[in-house]
Amino acid sequence: MSAPAPPTPAPGAISEFFWSGARRGQLMIQRCQACGTYIHLPRPVCRACHSFDLLGEPVSGRGSLYSFTETHRPFHPFFVDRVPYLVAVVELEEQAGLRVLTNLVRVAEADVRIGMAVQVEFERLSDDLTIPVFAPAVAA
Amino acid sequence: MATEAAAAVGVGYTKLTKASGRTVLDLATEAARSSAQDAGVPLAEIDGVVSFSVLDDSVSSEAVATTLALPELRYVMDFHQGGQSPCFMIQQAAMAVTQGYAKNVLVFRALNGRSGVRVGSGQFAGGAAQYRYPIGYNAYLMYIAMWAQRYLYETRTDPRALGEVAVAQRAYAERNERAIQRRPLDMDSYLASPMVAEPFRVADCTSEVDGACAVLVTTLERARDLRHPPAVIASAAYRAGARPGLDIGDQLLYDDYTRNFTSLLREELYRRADITAGDVDFAEIYDCFTAVVLMGLEGLGFCGRGEAGEFVRSGATGLNGGLPVNTHGGLLAEGYLHGMNTVAEAVLQIQGRCGDRQVARHDVGVVTSGALVDGSALVLTTDR
Ligand SMILES: [Zn+2]
Repeated sequence: MSAPAPPTPAPGAISEFFWSGARRGQLMIQRCQACGTYIHLPRPVCRACHSFDLLGEPVSGRGSLYSFTETHRPFHPFFVDRVPYLVAVVELEEQAGLRVLTNLVRVAEADVRIGMAVQVEFERLSDDLTIPVFAPAVAA
Repeated sequence: MATEAAAAVGVGYTKLTKASGRTVLDLATEAARSSAQDAGVPLAEIDGVVSFSVLDDSVSSEAVATTLALPELRYVMDFHQGGQSPCFMIQQAAMAVTQGYAKNVLVFRALNGRSGVRVGSGQFAGGAAQYRYPIGYNAYLMYIAMWAQRYLYETRTDPRALGEVAVAQRAYAERNERAIQRRPLDMDSYLASPMVAEPFRVADCTSEVDGACAVLVTTLERARDLRHPPAVIASAAYRAGARPGLDIGDQLLYDDYTRNFTSLLREELYRRADITAGDVDFAEIYDCFTAVVLMGLEGLGFCGRGEAGEFVRSGATGLNGGLPVNTHGGLLAEGYLHGMNTVAEAVLQIQGRCGDRQVARHDVGVVTSGALVDGSALVLTTDR
């Protein structure tokens, strides 16, 4: 029996850059070309200056942990073999309040600390789907 | 108080079960009819029906008006939000009757929430979900858990405070025949309850049920001639924070995961009723998960920042405490009718009809609907 497939997004024009970036190993965040504000989740218009001139741009992938939860119960067949796993909100260093939803990897729940420095990496879940995940930052 | 005021005058429930074996329309009709009978208002005089649903889990207001054979329908609403809705729906009904657009308005919530569409595990469509499902962030309890974790961190609250909420509410449920969870709960059995999504154990989570609940709203003038004392709708408010999100699971642009909508609407809620937090005799706080009660107690000004856990532990929210809270056992124990039953319990308390769990002072009650970025609230009072 084949393993269950991961839930795979069906991106639209507004979000394709995020997923194709992840497949290339780049974390891409929508940015207003008029005023420089980063926006996530992608939206049709800049929330700061209301410009429609928005593009996905690569970001550093460095951030800090805003909150997290360890899930012990799967709500989709793909996660049956993955529980418990960590889901997190990470605030990116590019802009205050610029947050992404992600998985925390290569860290045990007991070692997770809100506020800890984290760094993006990428996990390939299928031929079509690579997701950005975050791990504790390694001191330079 | 304005000369034109509205009141809740009757409540109706179906039995709350894990598998009703009935259609949602059947459940809705029974609860709606019961609320009219409870108030002593003939069905023929009901001319408004208001309801809410998520994921098409309910039936339309017109469908219920049809099964009840209401002869003259003047006000309807089918609102597409979840637990944020009940107090806001009562507000709509109150506006309709005080403005003269309708005379008697039924507000109902009906669903097969256990055997049918389960809100926590649904596949929400929409653009924001593509960022959640691939990472397994795919249940409502996880969204609340994410807030709860930040709340516990920032306020340095011991996670056992969540257990204190569950234990305190279960004591009420033992006195509530309608409650689906009535087994006694102490801290040891709470801590033995399996973890679902940190910090939430099974005992922190609402009990999904099949069932329906309805509340009838009319003018205060009419209410004074009815069977039970009026629960006067002294104030109502709905608030959403800035950038409330693209869908139910999108809170990425809301700044503060430690303060929910109750902190946003508190001031206007109390101002309209001309009260302060100190005037409130009891509170029915929406509790799909325990942490929402802690945020509500702080947001509504019943205790200071980070003090809610100790407030509950002290017994303040118990039947003999200074501020009884969730006197039906809450959604945790009575069952998850998405907060419609939270409103109905407040009406029954104001009316003095709660028997073994009746609070001693019941002149001013606060009710909330909703958990995170957005929600609504009421102040209900006796006819003073
Ligand atoms: Zn801009």
